[in-house]
Amino acid sequence: MAAKYIIGIDLGTTNSALARCDATVDEENSRIEVRSIPQLVDANEVAERTLLPSFLYIPGEFDFPQGSLALPWEPEPKLVIGELARKRGAESPNRLVASAKSWLSYAAVNRSTPILPWQAPEEVPKLSPIEASSQLLRYLRTVWDSREAGEQGQFALAEQDVLLTVPASFDEEARELTRRAAEQAGYEQFTLLEEPQAAFYAWLESQGESWRQRIKVGDLVLVCDIGGGTTDFSLILVSEEHGELTLERVAVGDHILLGGDNMDLALARFLQQRLEASGHRVDTWQLQGLWHQCRMAKEKLFESPKTQSRPITLLGKGTKLVGGTITTELARDDLHQILVEGFFPKVASDELPARQRRVGFQELGLPYAADPAITKHLARFLSEQVRNSPEAAGIRRGGSGLACPTHILFNGGVLKAHVLRERVVEVLNGWLRQEGFEALGAQQILEAPDLEHAVARGAAYYGKARRGRGVRIRSGASRTYYIGVESTMPAVPGMPAPLKALCVVPFGMEEGTDAAIPDREFGLVVGEPAEFRFLSSSVRKQDKIGTLLEDWGDDIEERGPLQVTLKLDGQLGKIVPVRLETRVTELGTLEVWCVSRDGQRWKLELNIREKTKR
Amino acid sequence: MNGFWERVAVAFRCFFSILFDGDIPKDIAPVRGRPSGQVPQTPAAQAPASAPKEMDRPVPEASARAVQMLALLQRDGRLIDFLAENISTYPDAQLGAAARTIHECCRKVLEQYVKLEPILNSEEDQPVTVQSRFDPAVIKLLGNVTGQPPIRGVLRHKGWQVKDVNLPPLPQGSGRMVIAPAEVEIS
Repeated sequence: MAAKYIIGIDLGTTNSALARCDATVDEENSRIEVRSIPQLVDANEVAERTLLPSFLYIPGEFDFPQGSLALPWEPEPKLVIGELARKRGAESPNRLVASAKSWLSYAAVNRSTPILPWQAPEEVPKLSPIEASSQLLRYLRTVWDSREAGEQGQFALAEQDVLLTVPASFDEEARELTRRAAEQAGYEQFTLLEEPQAAFYAWLESQGESWRQRIKVGDLVLVCDIGGGTTDFSLILVSEEHGELTLERVAVGDHILLGGDNMDLALARFLQQRLEASGHRVDTWQLQGLWHQCRMAKEKLFESPKTQSRPITLLGKGTKLVGGTITTELARDDLHQILVEGFFPKVASDELPARQRRVGFQELGLPYAADPAITKHLARFLSEQVRNSPEAAGIRRGGSGLACPTHILFNGGVLKAHVLRERVVEVLNGWLRQEGFEALGAQQILEAPDLEHAVARGAAYYGKARRGRGVRIRSGASRTYYIGVESTMPAVPGMPAPLKALCVVPFGMEEGTDAAIPDREFGLVVGEPAEFRFLSSSVRKQDKIGTLLEDWGDDIEERGPLQVTLKLDGQLGKIVPVRLETRVTELGTLEVWCVSRDGQRWKLELNIREKTKR
Repeated sequence: MNGFWERVAVAFRCFFSILFDGDIPKDIAPVRGRPSGQVPQTPAAQAPASAPKEMDRPVPEASARAVQMLALLQRDGRLIDFLAENISTYPDAQLGAAARTIHECCRKVLEQYVKLEPILNSEEDQPVTVQSRFDPAVIKLLGNVTGQPPIRGVLRHKGWQVKDVNLPPLPQGSGRMVIAPAEVEIS
């Protein structure tokens, strides 16, 4: 059975999301919606959230009261997944599996052996990175099947068209492991899509028809994705294939383990030092509370540019709540110094991230980034890594070999902060100017709304587009156009001859294409003034070219007629049998070519391009 | 402890054990030291598989819900810690800082679990008219209380009523009387 839904799933390192779109509704009316995911947010409490934190907690005997983990579809789950897993994992880290996705791409460990939670005590049952990812996917499938699959389960997820996103930096093996994890979770018809591409499609969706004014074939888009735990850079070249927009990923950076969590931790540590300097002790648990408060204060400061500082209050531990209360504040200057200067310093394009001097023995574990300066990682990406990419030829470069993008696309929760986006653009523009290119202006900065769900939305949009005619590079006619044809009938006094409408431009016909009306000839009046009547319809979208209509009620409207005299070698008032060919030019003009049997051609022209609303 | 015959059995066992062994039976010894509510899994108690694990009388739902509301305010807002503390010695500034945080968190609890609404939705200290017959539990009249509706007066307090209660399911077992579990950190 053909799938009813197209589902986009963003399996993120910190958060996962799911978006869906109805494939049976026609293209204009189908909307993409992010679906909420019910999950345990506390013992005994299931709530809806649009994001599913990608955390798994393996409960032991003493973690939760009996029966308090019941889910509507599973009374005694063996694993806790989602917000409660993250919450409890913060209290008891031994049993928490986090960042399963990053482990899936870490080649130094055997990814099919049960190693997570990393270095947990023996008694904790372990999962492999594949199993962990598979459990997350299985959770999403179970949620879907229990709520959206219909009475008889006819819309089960296994039968829908699923698009699953993976980072562009995943190598073939990591992708294969992701596929295996999905298959283990019961997914059947799924396609892997790269995250930067999904982010771009999310931006396209948000623009409606006006995206063509900002992006052209040949543009080089830098996708800058900074999430909770990871940073990914990639370069996408916009190209086309048979008139369809295709995105070619020409360069990808490493999967850098650096993100929003590092930033919040940096703020928390800074305040911890300030508090300890004034005599207060801040232990591990209070540091957690400080971390959380810093994140809230940071968001408030980013949202309201006029506020200069936010108070931070750490309540006392135990029952000495007020007695142990410590207060401090996060000032805007602190925020600027630590986040903007610390993580996004203005650097030259040849400044590479510092490599810490390696101590001889290393603990094994995920390779966290040593240098927190994201702008340096960007510099490295644009200079070194792009040089080594196989598609390097198509990339616009400056004199020093630095890749110079024409546009920038932001993705990831961290970049919701306007200040950070501005800083990245500022640094990039400095490099572009140095290389002799124009700086990026507002039109070149692509921002999709809803950065947290963009990848899931974009995946669903891509699925929808490839089912239909894809995202077309050129715009299509927004109405169906007809030309009036007078029918041959005996004259009746007082009654004008009835008009038939011949479809010459079907709905959606692209600019720059042409079509012919086969097998039919019409009589063209030449040598004397004649009226050519054009009609259009915004409702009749199914009419094919060459369809001749007699009755159309209100569906078709007439535009003003074209009064023209077509010349034929001094002949007056003749009717010449012609075939019709139509062409819609790149400028949005309709040309109706009338071709006679001996090859003579006459042209009728009409401008049909409508102004797109901004 | 369990029913009458259980007690008789234990009493006899203790009697004979002390008489002949000098001590109460080993499996009963720990019980005597335990707080009530934790009963050993004697075979008689295990036989009915559906019997509740703890031998206390089951907590009536109304009490359990009252405890649950307090538990939510404590979990997310630490209200009970705040109210239980002796705040007389703390300076206003410190108290104020703590109160601000607790206020914000407890508000969220109310928003999430209980839909509060004013009863008379007008501005306080402004004239208001009470139109029809009303229940004194819903609107309280002060001052020169005479006459029949419609009654004109000045609104002094909007009143609060609950539109909707949206509490999560009650915990099973001994969790029903718990506002906050004790926390023990292991290093």
